[in-house]
Formats: sequence, C-alpha cells, structure tokens
Amino acid sequence: MPETPRRSASNLPPLSLHIPEPRYRPGDTPDFGDIEVPAIDATPRPGEASKPDAMRELCYGLVRVLDFDGQAKGPWDPKLAPELLRSMLRMMLLVRAFDDRMFRAQRQGKTSFYMKCTGEEATSVASTMALDRADMVFPSYRQQGILITREYPLIQMMNQIYSNRGDHLLGRQLPIMYSAPEHGFFSVSGNLATQYPQAVGWAMASASKGDSRIATVWCGEGSSAEGDFHSALTFAAVYNAPVIFNVVNNQWAISSFSGFAGGERTTFAARAVGYGIAGLRVDGNDPLAVYSATQWAADRARTNNGPTLIEHFTYRAEGHSTSDDPSAYRAAQEYAAWPFGDPVLRLREHLVKLGEWDDARHQALQKELDDLVKTTQKQSEKLGVLGHGMHQPFETMFEDVFEEMPWHLKEQCAQMLAEQEAKFGPDWKPE
Amino acid sequence: MMSAPTKTMNMIEAINSAMDVMLARDSNVVVMGEDVGYFGGVFRATAGLQKKHGKTRVFDTPINECGIIGVAVGMGAYGLRPVPEIQFADYIYPGLDQLVSEAARIRYRSANDFVCPMTVRTPFGGGIFGGQTHSQSPESIMTHICGVKTVIPSNPYDAKGLLIAAIEDNDPVVFLEPKRIYNGPFSGYYDRPVEPWSKHAASAVPEDYYRIELGKAATVREGEAVTVLAYGTMVHVAKTVIEELNIDAEIIDLRTLLPLDIEAIEASVKKTGRCLIIHEATRTSGFGAELAALVQERCFYHLEAPVERVTGFDTPYPHSLEWAYFPGPVRIATALTKILKD
Repeated sequence: MPETPRRSASNLPPLSLHIPEPRYRPGDTPDFGDIEVPAIDATPRPGEASKPDAMRELCYGLVRVLDFDGQAKGPWDPKLAPELLRSMLRMMLLVRAFDDRMFRAQRQGKTSFYMKCTGEEATSVASTMALDRADMVFPSYRQQGILITREYPLIQMMNQIYSNRGDHLLGRQLPIMYSAPEHGFFSVSGNLATQYPQAVGWAMASASKGDSRIATVWCGEGSSAEGDFHSALTFAAVYNAPVIFNVVNNQWAISSFSGFAGGERTTFAARAVGYGIAGLRVDGNDPLAVYSATQWAADRARTNNGPTLIEHFTYRAEGHSTSDDPSAYRAAQEYAAWPFGDPVLRLREHLVKLGEWDDARHQALQKELDDLVKTTQKQSEKLGVLGHGMHQPFETMFEDVFEEMPWHLKEQCAQMLAEQEAKFGPDWKPE
Repeated sequence: MMSAPTKTMNMIEAINSAMDVMLARDSNVVVMGEDVGYFGGVFRATAGLQKKHGKTRVFDTPINECGIIGVAVGMGAYGLRPVPEIQFADYIYPGLDQLVSEAARIRYRSANDFVCPMTVRTPFGGGIFGGQTHSQSPESIMTHICGVKTVIPSNPYDAKGLLIAAIEDNDPVVFLEPKRIYNGPFSGYYDRPVEPWSKHAASAVPEDYYRIELGKAATVREGEAVTVLAYGTMVHVAKTVIEELNIDAEIIDLRTLLPLDIEAIEASVKKTGRCLIIHEATRTSGFGAELAALVQERCFYHLEAPVERVTGFDTPYPHSLEWAYFPGPVRIATALTKILKD
C-alpha cells in the first residue's frame, strides 16, 4: 500500500498541551475591565414560545434589568410591585444573616461544615419567587435561598446543620444537605450534578401525567462538566421536558476557575445551542433580571415550549465552604473588583430610588433578621450540636436502607449495639 | 396459584407478561430504555407493550445509561414506578453513580422523604458469543451497593413472579436476566441442541398477576450429598452435571442475591455438610466469596470438606475462547469430585 503523503513532522512546531490558568492569583491586582457589560436594552426579550434557533444570541448576551444606579429598565423589566421587591430584599438579607451565623457556628466547633452563598443570593431567592410554589426544585448544595424563600422553618435548617435531635434526616447527611418535600425541595446530594437528570425525570413524569407543575434544577459552572449535565440536557431536549436548568456561574469551583469547565471558549448558556433548547445568560447579581429570566423560562416550560438553560453570571464572594481558604488560590480583591456589584445592595438601591425604602427601614429589617436568626439558633442548640453527645438512637443507623430491614442488617445492628455496651458498660441503654 | 389459567412461555415471554400485567394494573408503571418502544427491545422483552399501553408508558430513550437511571430516579420522586431497561448489563456502568449514590441512597439520606421504587432490568451473562462487552455478570457490584436488591431468575415461572414483586417493591431492584436461557434452559454443552422451555415444567406460566416473594431461594432438587448454590443459567448447568454423575446433590437456586435467603442455605449445608458455589462471574470478589464466607461463618462445624467455588476466570470475557472461560461441566464435575472425595 502506498504511503499517504504528509507534511514532514520536522517542519511542524511540536504539539503543546493547553492547561487553563486564571488571570489572577494571590498577590495580583484583578482588573475585570474587559468583561463585557452589554447595554440593558441590547438584549431583546423574545416571546416565551420562540424557537431556540431564533434566539441563540441570548446565550452570548446578558439579560439585565437594573442599571448600576438602581433604575429598572429595558424589555426584561418584570415591573414588580414594591411589596414583592421588599419581600425579595428581606429573603436575601435573611439568607445572608443565616449564612453569617452558621459560618460562625462551624468556626465555634458546633458543626463539621458549612457553605455560604454570599454574592449569589439573587440566583436562588429571585429565581424561586418567579416559580409557582408547587413547582419542584432540585437544588445543588448552595441553594439555601430556595428553602428560605419558601419559608422552610429556619430551625429545621439549623437542626440539620447540627445533626441534632431535631434533625429530621437523623444526622445522616453532611450539613446543608437538606431535604424538604413539603416545600418542593429535593434531597441535596453530595455527588455533583446527579440532580440534573433527576429533575428531567420529574418533569417528564409531570408532563406524562398531564400535570401543570414544572421542575427546576441547579448546578455550578464547575459541575456542568459532569456527564449527568449532558445526559440531562439530551433527555430534556428529546422529550421537550418542562424543566429549567440553572447554571450558577460563580467563576470558581473550589480552587478551579471556570476555564476548567470550558469557560475560556464560550458561555455556559451556549451549551443550550448544541442541544437545540432555549438558553439565557443573565446578570446573576441583578435580582430583577434573575426573576424575569426565570419567569420567562417557567412560562415557556408550562406552555409545552420546552426546557431553558439559564446561566447566572455571578461571583462566589466567599470560599467554597468552611473547608477551604480562597486566599490560597485567588486574588483577594476579585470580589471588590467584580463589575456587577452586590445583589443585596443593588436591590436596596433600587427600592430607595423608587422611594419605597430608606436607611432606617433597612437597618431595622437587618436587626430584626439578625435577632430572628440568633433566637432560632438558641432554640436549635437546645436540641444539641454536632460532636457533643449522641442525638439519634443508634438503631437509626440501620433504618431506611430498605423499607423493611433484612436479616443481615438486623444482625449488624445487634453487633453495633453490643459494641456500644462493651464501650459504655453494662448499665448502658441505647438512646 | 398454579390453578390459574397458564400459558407456555419462554423467559422473554414471561418477562414481557410481567410488565404487561403491571402496566395494566398500575398507571404509574413506565417502561423505558434503548429500543424498547416500537421495536420491542433487542431481545423482544417489550414486544407489543408500546402498542398496547401507549407511547408515554413504554418508550425509547437516548443511548445514555446515566440519563436512563437518573431520569428514573426523578420519576420515582414524582411518584411513578419506572422499569428502565439497560440493554446489556455490560452497559450499566455509565449509570452506576446514579444507581449507587442516588437510587440506592435516597431513602436513607432523606429519611424516607423520597424513595426510589425503580426496577432496572438488564440481560447479563455469556454463552452467546457476545464478547467482553455483551457477556459480563456484574451481580456482585450490585450486591456490594447498600440499598439495592439484586434478583436473578432461572426460569419463566420465577421470572414473571419475581419481576412483578420487584416492580411492586418500594426499593430499587436490579433484575438481572440470564440471557443465555431466555429461549431455553442450558445444559452447559454448547455443542448440543438447545432444549426449548416448552419441555420444562416452569414454562407453564399463569397469564395473570402473581408474585414470588423477593429474598426466598428455591430448592430445585433435594439431596443429601452436597449443597450446590447457584443462580440463573448455572442452575441448569449444575443440574445436568449432577444428573450425569448421579450425585445426590441438593441444588439451591438463590433467586434473590440480596436480601439473601440465608436460612435456606444454612439448613441445606448443615444437612449435607458440603457446599459447592457456582457462578459465571469472575472469581475474585465475586458473589461466591460472600457465600463461602457466610457458609464458613455459620456452618463450619457441619462441614466435611472445604467450600468450593466454580466460577468464570479473572479475565475479560473472551470471544472466541468463550467455552474455555465458561464454568461448564468439566469445571463443575472436577469440583464435585474433589468435594465428595473425603
């Protein structure tokens, strides 16, 4: 067989492997001046039933409503009543107050782990407010804002964080891995993006039953690299499932910047293009834009116009969790330099501009919420904190593996109880 | 139960009938998988079901096992009772995280807030010249996950009753179908003609609903000399060899690997004092290791000989050398001779 003619290898530069590198590391002075901030009216609002291929540019633009002077403008302005805006501000402030107390509780040794969502409050709170209360949400681990917005009792969240006697998950789950079916909130998994195909399955079930409820699901830009994300988008596209995919692009996945999820080449919203579904890229620090985009996607899903992928372009102001120190891998001034500001301050400014809010009311609200969180924390701590005594009966370790406990688990349970007796003496009784 | 009207069915027809019955009885049952809809499945297990029950109850899926199992978990959370098919057990690995970390754990981690009443059907095992990607036996991967039940039928009657019980179960079940015996029991002699199921008593299958409780083994043959623990295809191979050698063996068909019928195993081994374990899967960390350990822990003072395992070898399943890999009559006879020697 004759050899295929080809260029001599010696005439080519050697191959090289690209390893992405964030622009700024500790010690650098970040400058995000090159991040494009499109004009508010540059991003059109198509009808909810528009064909995805007619609105691809939305995947590369940015849905915005609030300008940086606190004015709501443009085609995406949801024109919300002041009462609703105040409620939104309240929820975002409550999330922040809750995060601060729970972060401190972890530092005080009362629990093993905590994750704040500072700077990302709008992506959960505003989004949830645009859904129906009966819609099902499949959260990732940073959506405490959903539970708070749906008025899940704060004490239940704290009890879960402390794995105490009041934890209805019986101390089985890592802190913040809540589960709240009555609040339409699926059990949080520690395995990333697994909730993505599950949300699609729930949405497919809803559609096949002729229901009116839709599903929504969250992940970070980092875990959008998981196969589950792509499985989910494939299924949603194939079955036109009534689901909203949220990708919270907060720039960082622990210490890996968004480039390790493909962010150097395109937007995360643009993942929608390849699947032929609707995609929106939204200023995630603009609560009104988040609300409006979610409302658009929810209307679209509810009218059998299929799934939408929403990229919330935002910034993770704090560490990934209590277990990492962001000053070890990124420039300290990044959040201060972030061109989209702080979502809480932006909403506050908007309400002030409307004449519907002022400093005195803001301070009063902040105090009210701080007091609420503190009081609730005291009540929760009466039910115990992690590492100080056992809070669940030992047998609960073996319950709920199956609906009925099979013989081998009964045997192992008896063994474990005997071990406790050996440790704690003959008078020991299981709790 | 057996007085109900029966029909002669092979294993595929019995499995099809189980899904047909459950689709009709429970509007929350959905059947999905690659090629299961209009075409009726590559092994025909779902033939006619879409036409009868409709496209939203029985439908094709993308070639994406992570998606198939993940979507089924979400459907279970909604309140459906999904019965996904994974076309070959060898293809289940892309869906393993959804099975291990999600389906199997959702009841526990949510303390009963959410459950996963899913039955994953999948053909497994070799003897069909399927090569390494269409022949594997991953049952011990399934039994090693806490929170999944593992069921393996060995004949049409059991297949239908066990599959109905699996679909009705409120926990995830992996239902492994020994594809070599879909159309007839296998003697282990690949060069002999295949005997059809119609010549076997277990092909008389009630047309209507019935269930066989999960976690209960069946005594296929009573005997005094040695206990043979097997499941799926290997039940039939074992029976052939035992009859040829005229050994008074007791064959226990486990039917459910998890939860295991330990009482049946213990009673039999204590009676015979000898135990042979047979499976087609690779040897190291195979389910036989678990069985051998359990027998040793519980029956040690009744044993007259070391527990023996007959298994596949620790290699990928070869294509052309399939019958040198398969734990066939020679390997079984050698082990039986050894175990009965003393």
